[in-house]
Amino acid sequence: MSQSSQETKSDHHNDSTKLQHELAIDGASCASCVTKIEKALSAVSGVEKAEMNFAQRTAIVMGNVTDDALIAAVKAAGYGASPINASSEDDVLDAKEKADRAYYKQLMRKTWIALALGGPLMLYALVTGEVNVNTGGERLAWLIVGILTGGVLYVSGRHFFVGAWKSFLNNSANMDTLIALGTGTAWLYSMIVVFFPEAVPAQARHVYFEATAIIIGLIDLGLALEIRARGKTSEAIKRLIGLQVKTARVVRDDAEVDIPIEDVLLGDTVRVRPGEKIPVDGDVVEGHTAIDESMLTGEPMPVEKGVGDEVVTGTLNKTGSFLFKATRVGKDTALAQIINMVKRAQNSKPPIGRLADAISAYFVPVVMIIAILSALTWLNFGPAPAIALAIVSATTVLIIACPCALGLATPMSVMVGVGKAAEAGVLIRNGEALQTASKITAMILDKTGTITLGSPKVTDIVVANNMSEEEVLQLAASLESGSEHPLALAIVESAKERGLTPGKVANFNAIAGHGVEAEIENQHVLFGNEKLMQERDINIADYVKRAQSLAGEAKTPMYFAVGQQLAAIIAVADPIKEDSIEAINRLQHNGIRVVMLTGDNRDTAKAVAKKANITEFFAEVLPDQKADKVAELQMQNEIVGMTGDGINDAPALALANVGFAIGTGTDVAIESADITLMRGSLHGLADAIAVSKATLRNIKQNLFGAFIYNVAGVPVAAGVLYPVMGVLMNPVIAGAAMAFSSLTVVTNANRLRLFKAQEH
Amino acid sequence: MVIVNIAGLGLILLIVWWFWLYKPKEVELVDGAINVIVENGTYQPSRIKLTAGESATLQFLRKDSNPCAGTVLFPGIEISEELPIDTIKTIILPVLTKGEYEFNCQMKMYRGTLLVE
Repeated sequence: MSQSSQETKSDHHNDSTKLQHELAIDGASCASCVTKIEKALSAVSGVEKAEMNFAQRTAIVMGNVTDDALIAAVKAAGYGASPINASSEDDVLDAKEKADRAYYKQLMRKTWIALALGGPLMLYALVTGEVNVNTGGERLAWLIVGILTGGVLYVSGRHFFVGAWKSFLNNSANMDTLIALGTGTAWLYSMIVVFFPEAVPAQARHVYFEATAIIIGLIDLGLALEIRARGKTSEAIKRLIGLQVKTARVVRDDAEVDIPIEDVLLGDTVRVRPGEKIPVDGDVVEGHTAIDESMLTGEPMPVEKGVGDEVVTGTLNKTGSFLFKATRVGKDTALAQIINMVKRAQNSKPPIGRLADAISAYFVPVVMIIAILSALTWLNFGPAPAIALAIVSATTVLIIACPCALGLATPMSVMVGVGKAAEAGVLIRNGEALQTASKITAMILDKTGTITLGSPKVTDIVVANNMSEEEVLQLAASLESGSEHPLALAIVESAKERGLTPGKVANFNAIAGHGVEAEIENQHVLFGNEKLMQERDINIADYVKRAQSLAGEAKTPMYFAVGQQLAAIIAVADPIKEDSIEAINRLQHNGIRVVMLTGDNRDTAKAVAKKANITEFFAEVLPDQKADKVAELQMQNEIVGMTGDGINDAPALALANVGFAIGTGTDVAIESADITLMRGSLHGLADAIAVSKATLRNIKQNLFGAFIYNVAGVPVAAGVLYPVMGVLMNPVIAGAAMAFSSLTVVTNANRLRLFKAQEH
Repeated sequence: MVIVNIAGLGLILLIVWWFWLYKPKEVELVDGAINVIVENGTYQPSRIKLTAGESATLQFLRKDSNPCAGTVLFPGIEISEELPIDTIKTIILPVLTKGEYEFNCQMKMYRGTLLVE
């Protein structure tokens, strides 16, 4: 994704101290106005850059400032200004729903008008069978009906004709073209029969006014119902947008005031009381509370928050009143990014939809050609009344063909599927990720932070010389205090707990994947795995068994040497997450080969794998070897999913067929991941795969239905069954089928809303 | 009957020519921007000429209530945007290399082409 709209530009804006504002400028009639307006904008406090585009009469302003302040500055300079694209997601959605409701009402009104004429006419035709024009009286009666039907075409079907004509002028054809041609042909033929009955054979003096009116009515009805059904497909995004509150209580001049959410600035202190939603992202500066983040992460348990912890827009404050400092506002909040990402993914197409797309491009003109060929065939080889049969077959072919069902098949399912996944805290980047996730055969799970909690603790210190446990731990903590490795953090944390202060370190050297070394108080200190000790000729022979036994308990033993002598073994354990075993079982139960990957030694890896019910694992994998392991499984013809934290695993995530990043609830834009799991639970993986499979199944049902409908419907409408069975499809049946084919696709996609990932 | 058959075949040739072979004239940008009206099942203009290596701004104004008109997709450059009714939606295109880039609605009933030269 490189760039899209102004909205998107600000969405992707990474510099948290700057925000982008876009204004439409009125009254700027000369190029010199540009300088004046830019100066006025630049003078506003907080503005870092202001640029006006004279051709477009727009201004883009960067800075931590409100739209109101900018508009006031432009007005003071003698011009007018209004924000562009500044309406909230909520307002856009309201406007869309309002427009849809109005369109639905309009279509229903058109439907009733058409059916009010078409219904009785149809009944008359069925009861009497008299829809021919033979006598003068019949001509007059049908002329009146023809004029009334013309009125129906104008009132209820004008939009099809206008759309068809405009498309024609643009060298394109769409559903409107087919409907306009079909109903137009039937009505025109009927009027020819009324005005010039002698021009057609006596048996062919049949009028199709009832068909014309009913087809228009049914297609309007189908469109109206489709709008209703479509509204339901976007429920998930509506729910997300609904999480955004409209006002925030901000501390300004030592007083708490309620202000619109758009006016909250970076660095503002915001008050949130129990039962209220968090209005913008920020860090707690005062107070303590529990926050329900389930609406974003799917995690049902409230999360405890205290000073320094991050709070996220849209989540619900459960217990305490607290103050936080705004760190991300407007389009930069995690919620806004989630909404943007979900919307984008909902509009992207998985590869399975490409065939339907390719067909859609040629569909309408091909159907028009089939209609002409069908009419010619009837005229040349059909029985009497050939002209009437030719008209019926051509009209029916035009009416029954439904490009919309094909076109809707994929996007409707993706819309519901991606939304459904978001509800479960699973963010799918695009349609391709969705499709590939449904085909995963092997899943690589990084051990630390994925299967385990990622916060290891020191469990054992086995002293090998005359030093005390405290002395060992103090030296080890000194050595590791500069490192950010989870195991290092565990040692530093343990030393802190015992009240030990790390000392000064010199000549620190990290040996990737093996350990670290440094000089502390003029002694050479070495800390790392067995391989490192062997390489440095440290005698560990007497302690290897002890280390192995610790590893057998799923602990990570590390050797600590001081001055070329083994001083201790320090064992660290990272507990397995509560629900990891259950989630791994779910994956395995679905036929997925689960493989664990870790930098730990073989014995620890084996013990953790055993605990987690995993039979295959890669141990002692250096960070840069993770991608090789992905490739190794791909060489075995597996479709590989790789799950990691999205930062250290970027190359492996990128190489995997689908990269899953386990987020912390707010890291939504992990670029290297195809799918981001908002909560730490591995159940998210099984949920993501389950929802992808359900969506793909739904798309296939839709595509199959739409293909079969058109492939079978068009030839039957053309009359292929006539020579064998003597039947020719009634255009009214074709109209009903066409009207409800799109509706069926949308309704089937809506079934996905009922999808529930396995209970956990 | 011969005349009818010839007329029919002529009509087929016209369809092939008009919808597939005929390329309408492209509309060029003015000062790097162009307005695109979404109305009656079409984008107007539907063929837009751009210069390779230069950014461009498309300002969509949707006047069509049909829900299909509500989203515009640029599949080749991974852009998808909602078009609110009766509101200008500005889409800034990235710098593009030479080629043809389609834009369309979700069902591909509304279609347009960016010609980058």
